[in-house]
Amino acid sequence: MAQTLRGKLGLTGLKIGCDRGECGACTVLIDDVPQYACSILTQSVRGKNILTIEGLARSDGGLHPLQQGVLEEQGFQCGYCAPGFLMATLGYLKTKPEPTRQELAHGVSGNLCRCQDYDKILTALMRGAEYMKKG
Amino acid sequence: MPQNDTLFTPKLTGCNYTTPDQRAKLTGTARYAEDFRAEGMLICKLLTSPLPHAKVKHLDISAALAMPGVRAILTADELPQPADSASDSGAMIKASPWSERALTMEPHYQGEPIVAVAATDEAAATAALEAIDITFEPLPFVIDPLDSLRPGGPNARTNGNVWLPPGKPGEQPCIGELKWTATDFETAGRERLPMGKTAAEWSYGDVVTGLSQAALVLDETFVTPNVSHQALETRSTLAWWENGKLHLTVGTQGTIQTVPAIAKWLNMSVDDIVLISEYTGGAFGGKITASVAVIIPALLAKKAQAPVMLRVSRADEQSIGRARPSLIGRMQAGFSKEGRLLGLDLFVIMDNGPYEQQGDAATAGRMGSLLYQPKAMRWRGTAVLTNTPTRGPQTAPGGLQVSAMLGPILAKAARRLNLDPLAVCRINAPEGRAPVGPPKADGSLNAATSAFVKEALDRGAETFGWQARRARPALTKGSVRRGIGVATGCFVAGTIGFDGLFVITPEGRLRLHTGIGNLGNESFSDVQRVVADAMDVPWEVCEIAWGNTAKPMPWSCVSGGSQTIHAMSRAALAASLDARQKLKEIAAKTLGGKAEDYNIGDQRVFRNDSSQAGISFAEAAGRAIKLGGVYDGHECPADVNKMTKTSVAALAGQGLVAVARDNFPRDGQTYSHVASFAEVEVDIETGMYRIVDFHAEADAGLMVHPRAFAGQLAGRSMLGIGHATMQKWFYDNQHGAPLSKRFYQTRPPTVLCFPEKFTWGSVGIPDPQTPVGARGIGEPPTGAACAAVLCALTDALGDDKFFRAPVMVDAILAASEPGTRALPGGLSANV
Repeated sequence: MAQTLRGKLGLTGLKIGCDRGECGACTVLIDDVPQYACSILTQSVRGKNILTIEGLARSDGGLHPLQQGVLEEQGFQCGYCAPGFLMATLGYLKTKPEPTRQELAHGVSGNLCRCQDYDKILTALMRGAEYMKKG
Repeated sequence: MPQNDTLFTPKLTGCNYTTPDQRAKLTGTARYAEDFRAEGMLICKLLTSPLPHAKVKHLDISAALAMPGVRAILTADELPQPADSASDSGAMIKASPWSERALTMEPHYQGEPIVAVAATDEAAATAALEAIDITFEPLPFVIDPLDSLRPGGPNARTNGNVWLPPGKPGEQPCIGELKWTATDFETAGRERLPMGKTAAEWSYGDVVTGLSQAALVLDETFVTPNVSHQALETRSTLAWWENGKLHLTVGTQGTIQTVPAIAKWLNMSVDDIVLISEYTGGAFGGKITASVAVIIPALLAKKAQAPVMLRVSRADEQSIGRARPSLIGRMQAGFSKEGRLLGLDLFVIMDNGPYEQQGDAATAGRMGSLLYQPKAMRWRGTAVLTNTPTRGPQTAPGGLQVSAMLGPILAKAARRLNLDPLAVCRINAPEGRAPVGPPKADGSLNAATSAFVKEALDRGAETFGWQARRARPALTKGSVRRGIGVATGCFVAGTIGFDGLFVITPEGRLRLHTGIGNLGNESFSDVQRVVADAMDVPWEVCEIAWGNTAKPMPWSCVSGGSQTIHAMSRAALAASLDARQKLKEIAAKTLGGKAEDYNIGDQRVFRNDSSQAGISFAEAAGRAIKLGGVYDGHECPADVNKMTKTSVAALAGQGLVAVARDNFPRDGQTYSHVASFAEVEVDIETGMYRIVDFHAEADAGLMVHPRAFAGQLAGRSMLGIGHATMQKWFYDNQHGAPLSKRFYQTRPPTVLCFPEKFTWGSVGIPDPQTPVGARGIGEPPTGAACAAVLCALTDALGDDKFFRAPVMVDAILAASEPGTRALPGGLSANV
C-alpha cells in the first residue's frame, strides 16, 4: 500500500524507510488504527478509510492541533520520520486522549527517529495532544 | 578580534523561532529526493556482490536487456574515469586509483554494486537483475583487521592490507602490505591488543618518562563498534538530462559542495549540473557530498534518454550507506597521585573497510591530546583494510571512539587512586587556549581558540547532583546495581573562509542565499539570524533561498563536522558588513556627505545627525540597480570562490547584492566540548539495564537557536548511547557475510531507549576568536554520552568487566559471574 499511495496516488508524505515494518515512517491510519503501509496489501483495504499525513491539515490550510503543537516546539530535525510519528500519535490519542509522557512514548515506540531527538519529539507531541484536547 | 557587539547586536540570534522548513515537514509537503517525479521516469535497481571479494569472470546482460520494460543497463566499464580536482587554494588533487567506484568488476565487500538496471517499474528492474548471467572468481577476503595483520593473514585488496603514508611530501597515501610477527601476538595475549608496527605515529614530550614517573600506570585495551549511519532516508536519487544539463535530486549535507564532487565523479563541468536538495532525511556524516552512487542514475538517464530514479532499499543502504569504523585501541596511561595524566601512549587499529582511508584513527589521537591534555603523548595508528562496507565519517569521527576508550580509563584511575572521577576529569580538562596535537613541523603544538570544559563540568555536576549521588549508600534492591559516570567529549566545531551572499530587493526584503545542506540541524536557517540582527531587520522581511543550485548560492561549507554555525555565521556577518557599507555609500551618493556620516536601522539608512534624512532599504536597492557595478552584483570581490562569482553574476541587477568572504581573523583551531553525566541501574540477573538519568552540559560558545542546540545535544548524545548500549555489526566470518543488514538486526535506539530523565545546559561563553561567538554542537555530545554511560556501567559492575562496546545483555551476564572477565567477541571488530 505504501507503494500505491506514493507511486500511484502521489501521496509522498509517507516515507519508506525500511521496506518492511521496522521504522514506522510509512504509518497511516486505516479506519483510525495506525498501520505500517509498507506491510499492508492495497487490495486488503478496499472500503476502508485511509488517512495519510496529507489529510491531516484542515481544508483551509490551517494546521491540525497536533501539527500546530509540534510546529511550535520545533519537534523534528530532518523530518523524514515526522509524518509517521504524527499518524501514530493521532491513532494512539484516539484510544487514549490524555496520555502521560511515558504512555505516549510507548504509543509511538514503533516509530524510529535516527536524529534521535526523542526528548523534543515527546515534548512536541504532548503539546499537540494538549491542543487536540482543547479542540 | 573585535568584540561581537561592535559588529552586530544579538537580538534574534539566541532566541527560539519556527524555521521555514518545519511546516512542510509536518504536512507531508517537504520533498526529499525520492519524492520527486518526472514524466516517463524509470526505476533503477542494483545487482550487488554476493561475495566479500571476487573478480567478475563472466558477465552477460543480453537476456536481461531483452526483458519487457528494461530500458538500459549500466556496467562498470561504462563509468567515466574520475577527474583530478583542485582545492580551494588551487592545489591539484589527483584522482586516487584506489577510490571507490559506483560499480565494479572487482567487488571488495558483499553488497557492493556491480550492475545497474533501469526499467519501467521496480518489478521489471528486479526481474532483470535475476536474468543477468554472471559468474565470479572468489578472492581471499578478511573481515577482522587483526586477522589481516597476522603473519600470512589475508589481504582485503590484491595489492595490500593497510593504508601507508605518502613516501614523499606532495605524494598521496597508498595501499601496501603490513604484517605483524607471531611474537607480537603471543606477547600481547588474548586480552591485550598486540603492538606491532604501525603505518603512522607522532609524539610530543617524553612519554617514557611520563609513564615512569606516574603513581599509577594503566594498560587497557578497548574495542569500539562498527556502526552504520542508518539515515532514515536512503540515498535514493532521481536524475534527468535537460538541455544538456544534468539535474539530480539527492540527499546531501552540502548543496553547493556536492556539485563539484559529482562533476569529479562524472568528469564533467560544474556548469552543467543542477542539484536539488531541499530536504535531506538524516545524514550524520554519511552524505557529506552525497555519495558516488548518485552517478548511476545520471549515466542511466543519459543512456535511456529518460529520467531515472535509483531507489535504494534499506538492505542496499546498509551496504552502500557508510558506517563508522571500529577502532581497537591499547592505551598506556600514567597518572600522578592527584590524577593528572602525565603520559599517554595511544595505539589504535582501525577497521577501515576496503576503500578511502578514514580519518578516525588519526583524529582519535588529536582529540585525545585536546580532551585529556596529557603532558606527554605518543600516538600510533594503522588503517587496516577489510572486506566490509565502505566507511565514512560519522558524527565525531574518532572523537567518539577516543572518549569511549579513554573516558573509562580516567574513571578507573580515579577509583585506583581513591579520587573523585569528576576531579580526575577536571584536572585533565582543556582550559583556555589549550594545546592540541599532533605537533607541527617545528615541534610546537596547535592551540584551541578557547575551552571552558572545567566550567561545563562544574555546572553539569551541580545540575546533576554529582556529589550527592556519590555520597549515597550503594543500592541494595535485589539484583539491581546502580552506577554513575561522568565523561567529556570534544570535536572540531568551526572552519573559516566561506562566502556570504544575499540580496536586498527593490521591495525592501532580504533574500538570503545559502549552499548549506538542510539535514535537520537547521543551520541553513539559523545562521541567517545573524544577518537579520546585523542588518537590524525583523525576521519577517527575510526569506531564504536554499536547496536548489538553480537558485544562485554562495560557496558554503558542508554541514558536517559541526562547522556550519561557526563558519557560516561568520560568512553571514561578512556579507552583512558588505551590505551595510554599500547602503551607506548609496545614501551618501544620493543625499550627500560621506558614507561614514550614515547609519543603519529600522530598514533604513540614515544620517547620524538626523534620522529623518535617509532612504529606505527598498529605495537603496533600486538605487543600487541604477548604480550597477559592485552595488548590484555586476562586479564581484576577487577573493570569493569561483562558484560564488557565478552566483553573483546570476543575481546581478536584482537589487543590492551583498557578498563577501569570511576574512575575519582566527587564531587557533576551533573545538566544542561537552561534559556528560549518567546514572544506570543494572539488573545482574537478567542483564537488562536502564539509563535513569542523564545530563549534558555544553561548551559551544554562544547559542544561536536554543531549541536546535538542545536537539543536537539530545540527539547526538543518543547516537553515542547507541554505541555504548546496543549497536554493532554481526558477521559470518567464514563466508564474509554481514548478518546485520536491517534495523532489527542492528537497531538504532528507540524512544523507549531514551534516558528516563534528560536535562541539558550550556556554559554559553562566546568564543573570543569568532565575531559571532558561536561554535558547533553536533559532534561532541556523542563521545561524552557514550563514555559517561560506559563509566556508569563500570561503576555498577566493577572494573575489568568488559573491554568492548556496546555492552549488551551477554556482556552484563558474563560480567556478573564472580571472578570472570567478560570476553564476548574478544578483540574482533565484528562479532
